[in-house]
Amino acid sequence: MSARAGGEEQAETRETSRSTSGSAAERPAGGEGEAGPVPSPPAGPGERGNGDARGGDRNPGTELDLDEVTRASANRSAIEKRADTLGRRRSVKQEWQAAWLLRAVTCLDLTSLKGDDTPGRVRRLCAKARQPVRPDILRELGVGNRDVRVGSVCVYGALVPAAVEALEGSDIPVAAVAAGFPGGLSPFPTRLEEIRRCVEAGAREIDVVISRRKVLLGAWTELYDEVSAFREACGDAHLKVILATGELGTLRNVARASQVAMMAGADFIKTSTGMEAVNATLPVGLVMARAIRRYHDRTGHRVGFKPAGGIRTAKEALQWLYLIRDELGRPWLDRRWFRFGASSLLADLERQLEHHVTGRYSAFHRHPMA
Amino acid sequence: MPRIGELFETMEYGPAPESAERARAWLEERDATFDHFIGGQWTPPAEGGTFESPNPATGEPLATVAHGSEADVDAAVRAARAAYPGWRDRSGHERARYLYALARKLKKNARLFSVLETLDNGKPIRESRDIDVPLVARHFYHHAGWAQLMETELDGYRPLGVAGQVIPWNFPLLMLAWKVAPALATGNTVVLKPAEHTPLTALLFCELCREAGLPDGVLNVVTGDGRTGDALVRHPDVDKVAFTGSTEVGRTIREATAGSGKELSLELGGKSPFVVFDDADLDSVVEGVVDAIWFNQGEVCCAGSRILVQESVEEELERKLRRRMETLRMGDPLDKGVDVGAIVAPVQLDRIRGLVEQGRDEGAEIWQPSWSEPRDGWFYPPTLCTNVSSAATISREEIFGPVVVMMSFRTPEEAVELANDTRYGLAASVWSENINQALHVGSRVEAGTVWVNSTNLFDAAAGFGGYRESGFGREGGREGLWEYVEPAWKADREPKPEADARPEIPGGEAGVGVGEASRPDGGDGDGDAPPIDRTPKMYVGGAQARPDAEYVLPVLDAEGRRMGEVGRGNRKDIRNAVEAAREGDGWAGASGHNRAQVLYYVAENLSARAGEFAERIGRMTGEGPEPGRREVDRSIERLYHWAAWADKWDGDVHRTPFRNVTFAMPEPLGIMAVVAPTEHPLLGFVSTVAPPLAVGNRVVAVPSQRWPLAATDFYQVLDTSDVPAGALNIVTGVRDELAEVLAAHDDVDGMWYFGSAGGSEMVERQSTGNLKRTWVDDGLARDWTDPEQGGGREFLRQATQVKNLWVPYGE
Repeated sequence: MSARAGGEEQAETRETSRSTSGSAAERPAGGEGEAGPVPSPPAGPGERGNGDARGGDRNPGTELDLDEVTRASANRSAIEKRADTLGRRRSVKQEWQAAWLLRAVTCLDLTSLKGDDTPGRVRRLCAKARQPVRPDILRELGVGNRDVRVGSVCVYGALVPAAVEALEGSDIPVAAVAAGFPGGLSPFPTRLEEIRRCVEAGAREIDVVISRRKVLLGAWTELYDEVSAFREACGDAHLKVILATGELGTLRNVARASQVAMMAGADFIKTSTGMEAVNATLPVGLVMARAIRRYHDRTGHRVGFKPAGGIRTAKEALQWLYLIRDELGRPWLDRRWFRFGASSLLADLERQLEHHVTGRYSAFHRHPMA
Repeated sequence: MPRIGELFETMEYGPAPESAERARAWLEERDATFDHFIGGQWTPPAEGGTFESPNPATGEPLATVAHGSEADVDAAVRAARAAYPGWRDRSGHERARYLYALARKLKKNARLFSVLETLDNGKPIRESRDIDVPLVARHFYHHAGWAQLMETELDGYRPLGVAGQVIPWNFPLLMLAWKVAPALATGNTVVLKPAEHTPLTALLFCELCREAGLPDGVLNVVTGDGRTGDALVRHPDVDKVAFTGSTEVGRTIREATAGSGKELSLELGGKSPFVVFDDADLDSVVEGVVDAIWFNQGEVCCAGSRILVQESVEEELERKLRRRMETLRMGDPLDKGVDVGAIVAPVQLDRIRGLVEQGRDEGAEIWQPSWSEPRDGWFYPPTLCTNVSSAATISREEIFGPVVVMMSFRTPEEAVELANDTRYGLAASVWSENINQALHVGSRVEAGTVWVNSTNLFDAAAGFGGYRESGFGREGGREGLWEYVEPAWKADREPKPEADARPEIPGGEAGVGVGEASRPDGGDGDGDAPPIDRTPKMYVGGAQARPDAEYVLPVLDAEGRRMGEVGRGNRKDIRNAVEAAREGDGWAGASGHNRAQVLYYVAENLSARAGEFAERIGRMTGEGPEPGRREVDRSIERLYHWAAWADKWDGDVHRTPFRNVTFAMPEPLGIMAVVAPTEHPLLGFVSTVAPPLAVGNRVVAVPSQRWPLAATDFYQVLDTSDVPAGALNIVTGVRDELAEVLAAHDDVDGMWYFGSAGGSEMVERQSTGNLKRTWVDDGLARDWTDPEQGGGREFLRQATQVKNLWVPYGE
C-alpha cells in the first residue's frame, strides 16, 4: 500500500462524493494541489501596461491596492507551528530523494558576493554553474543526458562582464545585485542607474533590495513607486525584489511588503540579501509563499520566490522544497519560479547525491569547488 | 535507477516508510500473545478467553490478547488493594523516583512505542512520534514533580485508594499517561483497562514498569472489551473510577457507580466549535482546521468539528480548505510523509459512513478531495460538509472521524450563541487577530479548553476536561490532582443519624392534623387573641411565590408542637425556580467584588435580626436560644468567609512549554441545585448556598425538610440585601421529592446533595440526563461547625469548573 495524495498517483475520481455545486470545474487541474483554482484575472482594471516587451508569463503588476495590502495578516505563532511541522510531515527517500536533490541543484542561484571577488574567481564559479554535479554521478543517477545546470550565477555589477563572458553559449543567466546592495540607501537615481548599467552589461536578472524604512513607516505608496521604478529600469531583465525580511520587524510586514512588491511588478520576491542578521527562515518563507499564492489567486500572475541566506544543507533545501510543493504546488518547483540564493549549499547537495550513488558517505573534497 | 529522471519531472514524494521491524520483533518474541498484568506478573485469563488486535491499516492480526472476566478484574483489584498501603505510605520523593524512571524509560524507548502505537491504532507515525509519545513522557516527568511536592502542596489530603481506569483507543498510550501518572503520583494504585482495539502499548508499558522496579500491584492492566470495563467500574473495592470515552458509555458508568461512594471523573465526547472571524489569518486558519479535524483521523474527543465562520469570509475559507484537502496525504500510517492514517476499526468506519450519508440525506453538500483512499485497511477521506443547518444530525452528533461541518455567523454575539448551541463543552478554538474579540469570545464559550489562534494543544501542566455533557473532572495540571485525592478528614466519616438522613414527614402525606399549635412564648395560648397566622412562601426570582399546589408541610418544634408550616413544593415549583435562576444572569455577570459586597450585606442584615433567628432556631431544635445564637453567629461568620473568597478564587497561569499564556480559570457551573443538610437549619443552609453564590452560580436551594423556617425567614434578609432576582431561589418541601426533580432537570448544571445514602444514589442516577456534576454525601456526616468540614476549599472546587484558555502570542 503506498501513500496517496494530491491525486498524483492516478487517483480515481470520486464521482459519487462530489459536491453537486459544480465544484468539479473549480477543482485544481490534475489534482496537483497547486495554487488553484485560478479565478480569471481582473479584466483590465488594476492591470498595468508597463511596456514590457516580453509580456507573456511575466508578472505585469497591478495598481496599488491598499485595501489588499493592509488586509494581509500573518499570525506568527500559527505560522511558526506550521513551519516547524512542515519538515516533519514530509520525507523523501531513495530515488525520490535523489530527484529532489537534483531539482534543488537546478534551482540554485550560485552566488558570490564578496568584496574580494575577481574575474578569475567568477570564472571558476561559472564553470561550476555549467557542471554543478560530477558527470559520473549524473550518469550513475541515470540523468547523464540531461542538461543539469544551475538557475543563475549571481554577482556584483562590476563582475557582470566577466560572468557573461564565462557563461557564453550556456543558457545560464547572469544575475546582478544592484541598486545600492545590500543597504539600498544610496541616492535613488544612482540606484536606478546601477540597474540600467548591469542590464546593459548583460545581466538578465537583477536582485535589488527595497528601502526597509518604507515598510517600517507603512509608506506603501512610496514602496510601490520605488519597486515600479526598479522594474522599469530592468526592462527585459527579470526583477528579483529582496525584502530583507530580517529587518522588517514582523511577519505581517513581510506579508504586506510582499504584496506591494508584486503589485509593483516583481518577477521574484526574495527573502534576504544574505547580509542581515536573520536571513531565510521557514516562517518567513511561508508568509511569502502564501502571499504569492494569494496574488496568483487574485490576478492569475505567477511570481517566483527566492529564499536566500543561511541555507547550507541538503536537509534544509528539502524542507524548502516541501514548503513550496505543499503551499504553492508543483509548478513552482522549477527554476523559473523558485531559486535558492546560496553559496555553500551546492557542496552538500553534491555529497548527498554521491552518497545516493555509492551508498557511502561522501566528503567535500571529492567535488570540484565553486 | 532509470526513474530519477522521471521523478525529477513529477516531483512526487514517494514512499518513506518507518521500519516496523523492531516492534514486530517485540511482538514475535512474545508469540504475539499477551496475558493480563496483575500483581507484577503476567497472568493468564481465568476463564481463558482471548481476542485479536488487528492493524487498522491492513486488517492483519497483530496480537492475541487476554479477555478479562470478572474474576480477572477481581484478581487485579485485589492486587491493587494489597499494594495500596505500601504505595500510599512511601514518601513523595520515593514515588517521584519511580515516575521519573518511567519517564526516562519512555523517552529511551520512544520509537518502539511510536511504531507499536501506529501499528495498533492506525495513526500516522508523524503523530505518534512527534506528539503522542513526547506528551506521554512529559506527563510522567510532570507528575514525578507532583509526587515530590505532594507532602507540601497537598498537605491535608490523602489518596483515594484503588483507581479503576478505562481508556479509549484514540490515544492509547497518552490516555494511559493521563490516567496513570496522576493516580500513582498521589499514592493511589491502579487497575487499568485499555481499549479493546488498542491494548498493545499499555502492555509494553507494563514491561517498563517491571524494568523500573515498580512495586507489584501498583499498576495492573486487564485487557478486554466493554464487559471487562463494566466489571471494573462496578467492582465494590474500587474507590475511584476514571473514564475517557463516549458520552453514551459515560452515562452508563455514572449509573453503574451511583450510590457506590466512588469518586468519578468522566472525559467524554465533544462537538467542538472552531470559530473564525473575518480578521483572522485565513491561511493559518486552514492549517488550524487540518490540526483540528484531520489530526488522528478526526478521532479526537476535542476535535474542532464545527467550523463557525464569519459570513464575509465563508467562501474564501471554503475555497482554501478544499485546496488544502487536495494536498493532504493519506495512506500507510508508518509512512513518514502521511498526514491521515487509518480508522481504528470497521465499526468506527461504518459509523462515520453512516453519519455522512445521513448528512447528505439531510441536505448537506459533502466535499472530499479528488484522490482516493487506499483500498486495503480501513480508511475514510477528509470530508467537508457545507450547507449544514445547526439542526442537522451531523452538526450535533459527534462523528469521531475526519469530517467537519461548516456554518456561518454574522456577529460575535451570534458566534458565541452558535458555539454554545450544543450539549457538549469540551473545547473550542477562536481565530481572530483582534485580542479584544478573541478573549471576549473565548471567555464566553462554555468549554473546558479554549485555544486562541491555535488548536489541539496539550500539556501535562494544563488541565483538560469538559463542561456539560463532555463530562467532569480535569486531567493535567494542579486541577487534575484533585481527582485523585480527598481531604484527609474524610477517611473517618460516620453515617449520620437516621433522623438527619431520613427526616420524617410530619402529618403524613396530607400534612394536616398533626401537632397542636405552639406559641412564640412557648406557652399554651392562654393569651387573649391567637397569633397572626404566618405563611412562609417559596422564594423564586426575587419574589415570594405561592406553591404551585396548595399543600403544606408542617413544621414541628422539638416537643412535637406545630410551629407553622411551609409550602410543599412540587416539580412545577422546581421548574419555576430553575427558570428564574436561568433568567437571573445579573448575578453571573457581577464581579467578584460585587458578589462579596452582597454577601457581606446579607451577613449584616442577618446580624440585625440575629435575636429573632436565634429564638426560632432554638425553638425548632429544642436547644434553646443560646445554641440558636451560636448557630446564627457561625452563619454570619460563614457568610463572611465565602464573601471573602468571592474575589479570591483566582486560578492559575500554567507553565506550558510554548510561547503562550495558559490561563486556568475557575468558572461557575451555572445553575446549581443545593439540597441543604437536615441538621443545622441556618448554618447548613448558609454553608451550602453561599459558596456556589460566592463564585457566581445561581442557586435553587431546598432547605432542611425538618426545619425549613430558618431558610424562609432568610429570604426576607435577602430581600433587604440587594441580592439580584434569581440568584438564590428557595423551594421548600419534601427533600427527596424535590431532589429527584432537580437531579433529573436538564437545565441544572450542578447539584449538591446532603441527605441520605439512598438519596445520594438517586441523585447520581438521575443526573445522567445531562451528566450534571454532582456532589453528594452518601449519608455520611459532616461537622458543619468545623471550619474545614463546613467551609473548606472543597466547596469552591465543587462549585466551579476550570477552563484553560490558551493564548499564544507573538507578532
